Amino acid sequence: MLLQIENLTKSYAGPDGIVPVLRGVDLTLDAGQSLALTGESGSGKSTLLHLVGGLDVPDGGRVLLNGQDVAAMDDTGRAALRRTEVGVIFQQFNLIPSMTVAANIAFHARLSGREDAGYAADLTRALGLEAQVGKYPEQLSGGQQQRVAIARTLAARPALILADEPTGNLDESTATDVIDQMLSLVADTRSALMMVTHSSALAARMERQVHLSQGSLS
Amino acid sequence: MMSAGLAALWSHWWRNRLQFVTLIAGLALATALWSGVQAINSEARASYDAASAVLGEGRFDQLIPRSGEALPLEQYVALRRAGWQVSPVLEGRLDLGDRRVRVVGVDPLTAPGGSGTAVLSDAPEPQEVLGDGVVFAAPDLAEVLREQLPQTVVADTGVAPDTALMDIGVAADLLDGPGEVSRLIVLQEQPRGVPPLDQIAPDLVRQAAQEGAQLGRLTDSFHLNLTAFALLSFAVGLFIVHGTVGLAFEQRRPMVRTLRALGMPLRNLVFLLALEITLFAVLAGGLGVLLGYVIAAALLPDVAATLEGPYGAQISGALQLRADWWVSGIAIAIAGTTIAAGGALWQIARMPLLASPGGRAWALATGRGRRLLGLAAAILLAVAASLIATGGGLVMAFLSLGTLLLGAAFILPPVLDAGLSVAQKLSRGVRSQWFWADTRQQVPGLSLALMALLLAAAANIGVSTMVSSFRLTFIEFLDQRLASDLYIQAEDEAQGAAVETYLLERANEVMPLLYADTLLEGQPAEIYGARVGQTYHSNWGFLDEGDTPWDQVATGKGVIINEQLARRADLWVGDSLTVAPDLALPIAGIFGDYGNPIGQAIVGEELFLQYYPDIRPSRFGIRIEDRDAMRTALKNDLGLSDAQMIDQSAIKAFSLDVFERTFTVTTALNILTLSVAGFAILTSLLTLASLRVPQLAPAWAMGITRRELGKLELIRAVILATMTMLLAIPLGLVLAWVLLVSVNVEAFGWRLPMFVFPLDYAKLALLGLLAAGLAALWPARRLSRTPPADLLKVFSNER
Repeated sequence: MLLQIENLTKSYAGPDGIVPVLRGVDLTLDAGQSLALTGESGSGKSTLLHLVGGLDVPDGGRVLLNGQDVAAMDDTGRAALRRTEVGVIFQQFNLIPSMTVAANIAFHARLSGREDAGYAADLTRALGLEAQVGKYPEQLSGGQQQRVAIARTLAARPALILADEPTGNLDESTATDVIDQMLSLVADTRSALMMVTHSSALAARMERQVHLSQGSLS
Repeated sequence: MMSAGLAALWSHWWRNRLQFVTLIAGLALATALWSGVQAINSEARASYDAASAVLGEGRFDQLIPRSGEALPLEQYVALRRAGWQVSPVLEGRLDLGDRRVRVVGVDPLTAPGGSGTAVLSDAPEPQEVLGDGVVFAAPDLAEVLREQLPQTVVADTGVAPDTALMDIGVAADLLDGPGEVSRLIVLQEQPRGVPPLDQIAPDLVRQAAQEGAQLGRLTDSFHLNLTAFALLSFAVGLFIVHGTVGLAFEQRRPMVRTLRALGMPLRNLVFLLALEITLFAVLAGGLGVLLGYVIAAALLPDVAATLEGPYGAQISGALQLRADWWVSGIAIAIAGTTIAAGGALWQIARMPLLASPGGRAWALATGRGRRLLGLAAAILLAVAASLIATGGGLVMAFLSLGTLLLGAAFILPPVLDAGLSVAQKLSRGVRSQWFWADTRQQVPGLSLALMALLLAAAANIGVSTMVSSFRLTFIEFLDQRLASDLYIQAEDEAQGAAVETYLLERANEVMPLLYADTLLEGQPAEIYGARVGQTYHSNWGFLDEGDTPWDQVATGKGVIINEQLARRADLWVGDSLTVAPDLALPIAGIFGDYGNPIGQAIVGEELFLQYYPDIRPSRFGIRIEDRDAMRTALKNDLGLSDAQMIDQSAIKAFSLDVFERTFTVTTALNILTLSVAGFAILTSLLTLASLRVPQLAPAWAMGITRRELGKLELIRAVILATMTMLLAIPLGLVLAWVLLVSVNVEAFGWRLPMFVFPLDYAKLALLGLLAAGLAALWPARRLSRTPPADLLKVFSNER
């Protein structure tokens, strides 16, 4: 089992006091599996993703990734985890604006020490970005930028890919294209995928679907 | 991982090359002003040190004649025979065409290691280098001396400018003064049981080490002002760097978040950012030092002339690259960058990983930030006011200046915001209301640049006011002191006596210059004997006076003293001054004596001659209607040369020329500082340009043309600069007041009156507006040419 989440809790301080966001979440995910995480706005989907990716720390419970407890790691340990085990695809793309498309795609792999120029070129070709490699993110459309973000994550060959509404900023047609390519490549790399989405159509394309409501899974 | 991180960070600068250039240029300019002034100071101090070392001043006690300019050789022989370890020095001036050379003769066998020859670059022992007929001089003088002197001339950079160092015998020949010694250096190790000095040499005065090194003190005022200016300029530069670095960090916050999300540990990231900024500081510091060298090389000839004029200090006009100011320049660049970038780094280090990447606008932008800034300003200004009120030394005076300037800089954004808010309320049309609201929105982003402009303008006003006040006071002082129509310099005492007799029959009034070095209230001082006449009565002004001070002096019932002596000895009108062991006189008046560090006392001529009967005047001031006729008569009847007769207009012209050179230096520094401030505005506007597009696009969409938007950007910059300059004028005046009333008195013992120069301030304000306008021109032009596609992107969903 790649990922095992046990009784995960998280709350935030709000203007009216402490607001519980996750109220004891349990979840597992195997290598190569894909999972859609759906739920209303504010239900805690992104928070769960952030805790799994080591971007935030839980108040209680455990997140075991390849047997390692993410919650017990210090800042450096979590950074190493994000570098080598996890890849996050953000809704806002989060590309480095001052680096070219090619440099952005290679970047995460360089950080993790898994740079493979041939594989990066394959991904670039597969995602239809060959003509864009010398451009900067601001010169690309939203769909192209999201493809670059996907390529960047896949090039680093993480065991677990976390995607936070990756098509939230794209029109329907572009979103379909991007998701098709991403699912195909994820299947090729045998990475596990956990995707937060509002779209039931998109969720239906994942092997498993879980719904988060008021901080609990159903 | 580190290389990937570094590549990502540096890609920002590669993509934003203009921002990189502005950062480096801002820091380099700030360092240049600092290191340029330091180079000038360092060069001057090196010259003083060389001069002091050659003359044996500073490190050793010296024996000087109680009166007259030389002591007989027998006196030296008597001291040596009595066991005193002393070494003779003969000094004099040698005219070589249009160049006056200071001749210093030492005795190689008895000279201590720390005097004279010790400064020679490759001279381990005096005996080894100062053989008969060898003369040492700085390289430029050595060339001249080789053509004019029969002796072997050796070039050595260790010798002070315009000074020739040689064996005392050679000096005696050159100066035509055999059997004379100017002073005796007292060696530190003296045998036990030597007879007391006053028994063997009652006519000699022992001057303690350091007391003789007046040159440094004399010129400290000038250097202190330059250093203060340099520090202020550097502070202006720091605001630029702070602004540019702050903005660069702000722009890279999303990148920082991405890097961390992709697994770059925070401490590695902070280390890389610190490394990056340090490398920039070293690069910009190096460039700044080089630029400073150019500035210093351009200004040094004027500085040298300035210092040589009223202070008599010899400064080499050529600049040497010295290791100390290389190091100091780069060190201050690193320190400045650390200060400027420290806050931004701290924020990055504390930024939560999941913080919103979108512009957490500068802290100043928020109402809370503005209030905090206002509070900090109020505290700093209160501290400054209390420090000024309580006084307490030079450090406190400078501390008060620092807190005052920082407080004023901090209060600028709230004041601008309040002013613009009033303008917004008073405006009627929708377009003008939008303009004022939009201008208010720009204040946070431009705050640091405007603070830089405020400090630059205030520094200029403060220093210009001080220099101009000094100039006015000095001219008035010259009018008092140079009341005589003609000044006569006799070659020797015999000629002096003949001149006096001749003048007494022909001039309206004759004022011989009688003076002696002495100790007053335990400090080295000069005592003068005045022949009190109409000129003194009608021309001398006093800072404080009793009844008829000159009558008191003339009758031997009183003494007048200069401000320096009054402040140091805490003696004021009505107190008594011991002018001789058996004579104390009431102080009848205190006169201003600007630029002179030595205490002076003036008694009546008769009284003076009672105590110094051997002193005969060789210089005279005279009042006469027809100066030209008197010059001709003195030439024809007594054989005086033109060089021995100087009229007051020549001296005044010379002094004013010196001031014009001082002004050249000050004006050059003023223009440089204002340029730096203008540069700050330019860099801020350019770096803010990309952030402006989303703010201006809605206005463009609603019908304001791009050209009009560009024009409004220009007007906005000028309005903000105008408001800043209006605040800079009172701040500059307070700065000048503190410099004159507090710093100058604490540092030099005399107080300058303050004058205001409204026309100069108006010119400076216009210059500031011009700098701001020019700085805004390019960004405004760029804005007016922004492609519509870029403006449309603001409304695009995909942006």
